[in-house]
Amino acid sequence: MSASTAEPASKVELPASMGGGGEIPTFDITLKVRRYNPEVSDESHWDEFKLTMYGTDRVLDALHKAKWDIDGSLSFRRSCAHGVCGSDAMRINGRNRLACKTLLKDLDTSKPITVEPIKGLPVEKDLIVDMEPFFQSYREIMPFLITKGHEPTKERLQSAEDRERFDDTTKCILCAACTSSCPVFWTDGQYFGPAAIVNAHRFIFDSRDDAGDLRLEILNDKEGVWRCRTTFNCSEACPRGIQVTQAIAEVKQAILARQF
Amino acid sequence: MSTSSDLRFPRSASTTGRVAPKYIRHGSGTRGGFEMAAWLFMRLSGIVLVVLIFGHLFVNLMLGDGVHAIDFGFVAGKWASPFWQWWDLAMLWLAMLHGTNGVRTIVNDYAERAGVRLWLLVVLYAAAAAIVILGTLVIFTFDPCPVVNGVPTGADFCPKP
Repeated sequence: MSASTAEPASKVELPASMGGGGEIPTFDITLKVRRYNPEVSDESHWDEFKLTMYGTDRVLDALHKAKWDIDGSLSFRRSCAHGVCGSDAMRINGRNRLACKTLLKDLDTSKPITVEPIKGLPVEKDLIVDMEPFFQSYREIMPFLITKGHEPTKERLQSAEDRERFDDTTKCILCAACTSSCPVFWTDGQYFGPAAIVNAHRFIFDSRDDAGDLRLEILNDKEGVWRCRTTFNCSEACPRGIQVTQAIAEVKQAILARQF
Repeated sequence: MSTSSDLRFPRSASTTGRVAPKYIRHGSGTRGGFEMAAWLFMRLSGIVLVVLIFGHLFVNLMLGDGVHAIDFGFVAGKWASPFWQWWDLAMLWLAMLHGTNGVRTIVNDYAERAGVRLWLLVVLYAAAAAIVILGTLVIFTFDPCPVVNGVPTGADFCPKP
């Protein structure tokens, strides 16, 4: 039996010349968060947090630090913290992004970093908005497979080309960054919004689905695709890089093609 | 289909009353037929207007003496021809409808109160109707040499009595 067992690699002290965890640069930031608590005041106000953060930190880490170390009443949503669950969409420096995918070092840290709730949906507290109107529109476009005829005995086969047709719109994580970046949605909450249209697109162009006509009919509404003004805010906001405006245009064309 | 109405609004939150009224769509009786037509009209009229307007500008400003030729007589001469009458009529109608529809969408996008929206649209439609009707009237009833109470009051080039 040897007297000393080897340390696991992570515990080995590296000489300073080799770099390592301690090498990550730190910097000071000012996080300016829009606070709202209807139990205290009907008005929202800005709170500033001065924080020392690491170069590997994201805006979500700064929010965590503020909440855990400074003010526990700061409220925001986050679940996976890795850009998949779509819980932490917020307006960071005036642009809709996921707090968990936005590195602090990519922002201008010399000025305060502003964090606001996404626009167009009712704020419940601080950065938490009521997502129900958003999900209501989502439900109305029937985001599930609808088929007719006999059930196949095995899986429903689809060619790679047919799958590719709607691949882009399968990436949606329902974070509402697109819908809440849309100037039409800001003033007209009845507009279905980009996210609902993207998720309709995902089924309309799915060769296995048979309810495309029904969805096109729903989106041919006064508050449907024709409300889109092609400002591209949604495409720019999408944290998954979905070409949202293009998807909306394809749905418009599908509705037109159905009429003529 | 008996199931379609059930399918259309599965577990809609609007029935639970948990969604603020401003977000609830009032099942519009006129499904988007008009909005689709308006959208299509904007694109088609836009294409036609590019031809009409640049044709108009080229003929008026570039051909012959160009911009220096434009006077009352020049316009009177153009409107003596049915071709230019119909050209200008198409330009008038398409431009007015195109512009009016554009402003209509802007009003719908940005007027938040129903009353304000209604009145803005009333003013818009009244103005558009006045211009289209007067313009059409002028194009087809234009007479460069009117005779008022037996006295010719037209331009220099009019036949002298």
